[in-house]
Amino acid sequence: MIWELELVIYLFLAVSAIVALEVRDLLVAVVMMTVFSFLMALLFVAMGAIDVGFTEAVIGAGVTGILFVLVVFQTSRKSND
Amino acid sequence: MVLFAGIMIYAASDLPYRGDPDNLMHAEESITGTTVMGNYFIKNAYRDARTPNMVTVVLGDYRSIDTFGEQVVIYTAGLITLLVLRRSRRRSE
Amino acid sequence: MRDQFQSPIVLLGARLLSPYIMVFGWYVIFHGHYSPGGGFQGGALLAASLLLIRVAGGSKLAELQIQEFATTPLAVIGVVIYFATGLVAMIMGGYFLDYAQLPIPGMEADWLRYTGILIIEVGIGLAVMAILVMIYDNMARGEDYG
Repeated sequence: MIWELELVIYLFLAVSAIVALEVRDLLVAVVMMTVFSFLMALLFVAMGAIDVGFTEAVIGAGVTGILFVLVVFQTSRKSND
Repeated sequence: MVLFAGIMIYAASDLPYRGDPDNLMHAEESITGTTVMGNYFIKNAYRDARTPNMVTVVLGDYRSIDTFGEQVVIYTAGLITLLVLRRSRRRSE
Repeated sequence: MRDQFQSPIVLLGARLLSPYIMVFGWYVIFHGHYSPGGGFQGGALLAASLLLIRVAGGSKLAELQIQEFATTPLAVIGVVIYFATGLVAMIMGGYFLDYAQLPIPGMEADWLRYTGILIIEVGIGLAVMAILVMIYDNMARGEDYG
C-alpha cells in the first residue's frame, strides 16, 4: 500500500482519538469514536486483512454507534469531568 | 506519555516489513523445528472444501469449534442483558 | 426511543435505505465462500437494517417487523442450527463438526464441507442478528419502565 496514504490515516486516527477523549459533549465523542473505528477499518483493509476490516466497519461504525447513541439519549448528555 | 510513544515507535522500527515472504512466520518450519500449520491451510483449503475464500474455510471448518465458542459468548451476552434489564423493570413496578 | 426525536425526513431516509442493507446482509452471508464476509458480518448488517428502522420510527413501527418476544427464539434457533450440524456429524460417525460425515446423499466429501460451512454461516447470521436486536430492545425498554 502507498505509505503516504497510511500516514494520513494514522494522523486522522490520532486526532479523532484525542478529540473523542477530550470533548465535553458525549454525542460528539460517540461520533468521533465511529470515525475512529471507520479509519481503523480502512487501515485494516490497507494491511490486507479484508475480513477484519469488514467486521470492524460493520460492528464498530454501525451497531456500536447506535447502541452508544441510545445510551447517551437515556442518560445525561454532558460529561462531568 | 511522549516517552512511552517514543519507546513504542523505536520498538516498531525493528519489526520486519509486512508482506515480506522471507518473514519468520511465513517459513515452512518455526524456530523450534515444528511445522507451521498455516502452510497446510494455504495449500489444502481449496481442495478440502471447494471454497476460494480461505478465511471462511479456516473459520468454518478447521477452527469451527472456536467459532462455536464465539457464538455462545455472544448468545450469553444477549441473555445477560435480558436478565439484568428485565429484572430492574420488575423491581420498579 | 423517545417520541420527540422522530422526524418524517429521517424516517423516509431509513425506509429507503433499510431494505438494501438487508439484501446486502443476506448477500454477505450466502456469498461468503467467494468474497470477504461470513455469518458474523452478514448478521451484523441484518441487525443494522433492523435497528435503523427502530431508531428512526420508534417501537410502534418496529413491532411490525420483528416483535420483541421473537428475538430470543431466533437466537436459540441460530445456536441450535450450529450445534445440531456438529451433533449430526458426530452421530454419523465422525468427529464433532466434521462436515464430511453429514448424511446428504450423492455428494463428495469436499462439497459436503462446502454445504456444512454454508449451514453454520446461516446459523451464525440468525443468532447475531437476533441478539443485537435483543440487546437494543432491552436497552430501549429500560427507559420506558424505569
